[in-house]
Amino acid sequence: MTAAADTSTQTAETRASWALTLPALMLFVGVLVIPLLMTVMLSFHDWGQYKGIEPVFILKNWQEIASDPYYAEMFWRTFRIALLATLITAVLGAPEAYILNRMSGRWKGIFLLLILGPLLISVVARTLGWALLFGGNNGLVNKLLMSLGLIRAPLPFMFTETGMVVALAHVMMPFMVLSVWAALQRVDPQIENAAMSLGAGAFTIIRRIILPQIMPGVLSGAIIVFSLSASAFATPAIIGGRRLKVAATLAYDEFLNTLNWPLGAAVAVLLLLALVLIVVGSNALIERRYAEVFR
Amino acid sequence: MRTNGPLALTFHALFVVFMLAPIVVVCLVAFTPEGFLSLPVNGFSLRWFRTIASYPEFVHAFWVSLGLGMVSSFVALLFAVPAALAIARYRFRGRDVLAALFLSPLMIPHVVLGIAFLRFFTSLGLGGTFAALLIAHVIVVFPFALRLTLAAATGMDRSVEMAAVSLGAGGFTLFRRVTLPLILPGVISGWALAFIQSFDDLTMTVFLAAPGTETLPVRMFLYIQDNIDPLVTSVSASVIAITMTALILLDRFYGLDRVLAGKGDPGR
Repeated sequence: MTAAADTSTQTAETRASWALTLPALMLFVGVLVIPLLMTVMLSFHDWGQYKGIEPVFILKNWQEIASDPYYAEMFWRTFRIALLATLITAVLGAPEAYILNRMSGRWKGIFLLLILGPLLISVVARTLGWALLFGGNNGLVNKLLMSLGLIRAPLPFMFTETGMVVALAHVMMPFMVLSVWAALQRVDPQIENAAMSLGAGAFTIIRRIILPQIMPGVLSGAIIVFSLSASAFATPAIIGGRRLKVAATLAYDEFLNTLNWPLGAAVAVLLLLALVLIVVGSNALIERRYAEVFR
Repeated sequence: MRTNGPLALTFHALFVVFMLAPIVVVCLVAFTPEGFLSLPVNGFSLRWFRTIASYPEFVHAFWVSLGLGMVSSFVALLFAVPAALAIARYRFRGRDVLAALFLSPLMIPHVVLGIAFLRFFTSLGLGGTFAALLIAHVIVVFPFALRLTLAAATGMDRSVEMAAVSLGAGGFTLFRRVTLPLILPGVISGWALAFIQSFDDLTMTVFLAAPGTETLPVRMFLYIQDNIDPLVTSVSASVIAITMTALILLDRFYGLDRVLAGKGDPGR
């Protein structure tokens, strides 16, 4: 093929690809990018009980969030809950993925379906299940913990952060298992056998061979779980009740109860910014630390 | 390859119990014959499933969710299939940016999307309408439709297409008779996954739904906020049954791990 023909094929390909992607691009610019920009604008508007939203440019909402300790406490609670839920998913989900990966074909398929399936079941239904299990002082979870002798008096789970963390960890667990599972698929089982033939024990193999190789999977799972937990709505709203607010439920309140849209928009934009910074920052750190594995 | 020891299997059993307990509890309570919540359940009755029929708001919400899920995932495919074909085949300027934009609804918290859509559609005078819900759902399910179609289009054998071209096929005929049948499993799975996402979405939809356009998750959520009784567990159990059916079909048809891992995802 001559250079000229090559260039013309390239032009034709570029034209074809733009023609194919243009409808979707227009949809996304019109119905996603513009609404997001409008929301950022909204967070700078003024609002009053009687005058409603005034399209002016002021920093009132941002100053209120920065100065009122209520918001600092609420954001701190949001990220604390998300972090604890992430830790639980990592500590339980990573070993489970490893165990799953060592099962034989048929069992592997069945349990993978059982553990990943809940991901697609309505979050409302799953959280309702936890509300039923927690239910008051003689809920099933408390009865179980007391009969095992782990606790003496019933623990409060409903309307507490503990309950929110447990339910969130359950809701997010499939993402962690999936992420570690994907990392395990890249591990060569022969390395494990080689270590064993050289006399390494089970614990040494996990610590020195498996863990370093699946760590990128654990960390990228942690990023997904953390960002989804920090912006979760259904679980904190149902388990936390009306008083224990996190960022998403507070924004919902401002929009649909108080009707202070500009303040709600500011809370949402701040949540988005914080998450983008955390996700991009930790992604960069992971990629630098584990450049070898990703190559 | 070593096998799992007794300690690992005990951990595994406890883990599976943890994952299934809330779902099993909802389904058990749904069959209670009592007029109140009780655990453990004594007896078995379909009483609360029959009661659903006398709550028109739940029945109406179910039809809204079903229609919304089916139409929005279909519309999403109309935009996603051409885009996936372009991204899978051609290396053009802006390709990575476009792919990132199209997958961005996965990254943006749904609460932010809900607020953005509420603001946008209200200012257009479309607040609380089915049309607004539909467009918002198309955006949210788009990444799922795109990813599975993309995976199918990337793995497609193009020699069949070339044979068709050499025999004189072109344009839409080529797409309808050759390309589409080849990528159909991916397209159908993309539709099913998009449907499930739309059918289950609460966080974004709760901002947009008004009385009359409330979806089933929104109706369930608002109900739970007031009180938790066996009625809402029987509605949840029905939703779980619907999702499980879709899931098993999806697993048979395409493989659940492939669906969820989103193979063929650019940049990953």
